[in-house]
Amino acid sequence: MDWAQTLAVILDSTIRLSVPLLCAALAGLWSERSGVVDIGLEGKMLMAAFASAVIAHQSGSAWTGLGAGILAAVALSLVHGFAAITWRGNQIVSGVAINMLAAGLTIILGNAWFGQGGRTPSLEGEARFADLALPFAAWARETVPVLGPLYAEMVSGHAAPVYLAFAAVPATALVLRHTRFGLRLRAVGENPAAVDTAGVSVAGLRYGAVIICGVLCGLGGSYLAVSQSAGFLPHMTAGKGFIALAAVIFANWRPVPVLLACLLFGLLDAVAIRLQGVSLPGIGLVPVQAIQALPYLMTVILLAGFIGRATPPRASGLPYVKER
Amino acid sequence: MSEAAAAPAIELIGISKRFGPVQANDGVSLQVAAGTVHGIVGENGAGKSTLMSILYGFYAADAGTIRIAGREVEIRSSGEAIAAGIGMVHQHFMLVETLSVLDNIMLGVEGGALLRGGMRRARAELARLSGAYGLAIDPDALVGELPVGLQQRVEILKALYRGADILILDEPTAVLTPPEADQLFALLRALTAQGKTVILITHKLREIMAVTDHVSVMRRGRMIAHLATAATSPAALAEAMVGRRVLLRVEKPPRRPGPPVLAMQGVGLRDARGVTRLSEIDLVLRAGEIVGVAGVAGNGQSELLAVLAGLAQPSRGEISLDGRVLGPAERNPAALRRLGVMHIPEDRQKDGLVTAFSAAENCILGYHDDAAFGPGPLLSPSRIRRHARAAFAAYDVRPPDPELKTAKFSGGNQQKIVLAREIERAPRVLLVGQPTRGVDIGAIEFIHRRLIALREAGVAILLVSVELDEVMALSDRIIALCGGRITGERAAAEADERDLGLLIAGVTGEAA
Repeated sequence: MDWAQTLAVILDSTIRLSVPLLCAALAGLWSERSGVVDIGLEGKMLMAAFASAVIAHQSGSAWTGLGAGILAAVALSLVHGFAAITWRGNQIVSGVAINMLAAGLTIILGNAWFGQGGRTPSLEGEARFADLALPFAAWARETVPVLGPLYAEMVSGHAAPVYLAFAAVPATALVLRHTRFGLRLRAVGENPAAVDTAGVSVAGLRYGAVIICGVLCGLGGSYLAVSQSAGFLPHMTAGKGFIALAAVIFANWRPVPVLLACLLFGLLDAVAIRLQGVSLPGIGLVPVQAIQALPYLMTVILLAGFIGRATPPRASGLPYVKER
Repeated sequence: MSEAAAAPAIELIGISKRFGPVQANDGVSLQVAAGTVHGIVGENGAGKSTLMSILYGFYAADAGTIRIAGREVEIRSSGEAIAAGIGMVHQHFMLVETLSVLDNIMLGVEGGALLRGGMRRARAELARLSGAYGLAIDPDALVGELPVGLQQRVEILKALYRGADILILDEPTAVLTPPEADQLFALLRALTAQGKTVILITHKLREIMAVTDHVSVMRRGRMIAHLATAATSPAALAEAMVGRRVLLRVEKPPRRPGPPVLAMQGVGLRDARGVTRLSEIDLVLRAGEIVGVAGVAGNGQSELLAVLAGLAQPSRGEISLDGRVLGPAERNPAALRRLGVMHIPEDRQKDGLVTAFSAAENCILGYHDDAAFGPGPLLSPSRIRRHARAAFAAYDVRPPDPELKTAKFSGGNQQKIVLAREIERAPRVLLVGQPTRGVDIGAIEFIHRRLIALREAGVAILLVSVELDEVMALSDRIIALCGGRITGERAAAEADERDLGLLIAGVTGEAA
């Protein structure tokens, strides 16, 4: 395997591994730009992964599974929204509750229904998302040097949710920047009173954002279970919802930097996987656990030292109460 | 009233609103004639802002009727108020600082799901309004980077852009220099000349006299009087506001100041972002002298207090007490307090009190180590209560209940608690920030008399206030701050408002 091929393989897995992060991070961005802090991204993804795996298995259709995953995540989002927007509750408490609920409920239900220690039966055929080959992929790999393998591995040959997730980045950027909804959303996260006195419903905007957050979490969670793996495993989100939160902060709540941050985390993951069992010159065989810890370590380092001034939306985390 | 007379622009009938135990508005009625400037005065908490918030749909009234131009309307949200032709400039601006001027103006009336087309139209309309009223503004500037005077301009343009016929301004001059305030009043005149109706909420009687046609006085949630401005006087209005006679002038015996106590030499301050907040401050405070600092909020007054109180370290220059330069170890609040430099912070709720604590606990804040409050590391609640009761009696704090949570006291009484705590310690230097902000007239009188009494006792006092009237009434000398520099100094006896206004705005008097 020449170096271009190796690079292409690493970049390919970077793309695959960054998808759940990207979905969760964009979800967090939508929610927080509207002023609702959501640390329940993890729980929503987990619930979506479980729901999509179960329904995909029962229906035999990956797309139906994805739909179920999105519905499950949106349902949890609305619970969070109800607590945070309508009842002006503490958003951290509500998020933690959702995480705990999802962690417990998925295992209990999985065990009750399938009796496989919380796993769901493995998905085959139509019940999983197949990789889509883009036009000219095979041809490019053979004939075009360097760029060919890159195109074939990195750009082509992913499942539909991958393309959806990446398409969500420009979509998010465009909606925020160039639409009425986007303008109002940016405003409501900074100064909800300004939106209210302009005659626009603060709660309506925030519910809208929270629902979008649910849809994106649903996409990310379903991808994990129905595309990246072939079924649900207990705790399969493995903290990605929290790393995504870090990515949002790292990216200063902007969509394109969020993409770059998630790709960086994905790259770390991909390198970590490739490094397993490889003997590095001067260090020797690196323990698997040390390598697996890399992305988490990176999260801490990035958050601790490498962010410039991260300025969150000013009203983020604050329930909107009219004065008095 | 004859049928032929035009219907009033606004008619409020029997408006009531209760917040928990507080009856904020109690059967309030008001008529505002079209094309006039109508002032509403009252002390803090009299219910002016609540009434206007009801008119603007921010709160729903419990009872009462609103008529706009003779037609009964229901205003349940700000959207409905805007549709009824009402615009409001809030005391705390309703602007999104991270958005541009144009975005802020468009917010809520974008004219389509995509911004592009609406933005072009909004830009043209904004240019037209700016031209028509002489309100120049850069539509692409970020609102957060504009000075407050221009932010207020954005708020006014926002209301005009929405086609407001009735403009409500809530304490609009609090953030303006006197020349800016004059400009604003000229604008209000121009608006009424075009048939628009203006409601001006203020507690500054001078403004009422200067710009309004009619004035209504509120006290404790009720309308006390409706008067034609030409037929009343500041003294009569003050009496109506408070319900008893008040002395608007502060009685201040002449006094020759003593020796210098506190001196600043070439003091400069840079903040964490490297922005210069103070530069080349030379200032001497003498015993038995009140030095007033005049300036628009945000021009270095807060930083001046912070440096002197030891809360910020000057990046250059030195500070000396009794002719001795203070070393770094002495430039912290605890050491300075021991040296007799006491500080009444500008924002009592943020820096002066822990409002969740009882009043008694707040009375000893910062003096916990005092042996009088308990042996060793222990605190004695009964001794603290006794101390608080004595302080409350001396400073007329109402209610005199040491157990009551500090947040439950009115602004004036909270300020008296801070005052009692700091003055009780026999200060040599007293740093006072905004002593009467959000304080009712009765308490203002009390606080002013206390400050004068301290001056008589030989304390050197530095007074920072955004109320130019207050600075002029209390001070022996006045310095003007603009952009972190001292732009001029006047003896209070020779100072006049126009001259000070120019100094505050950074126009040096010598050049004129």
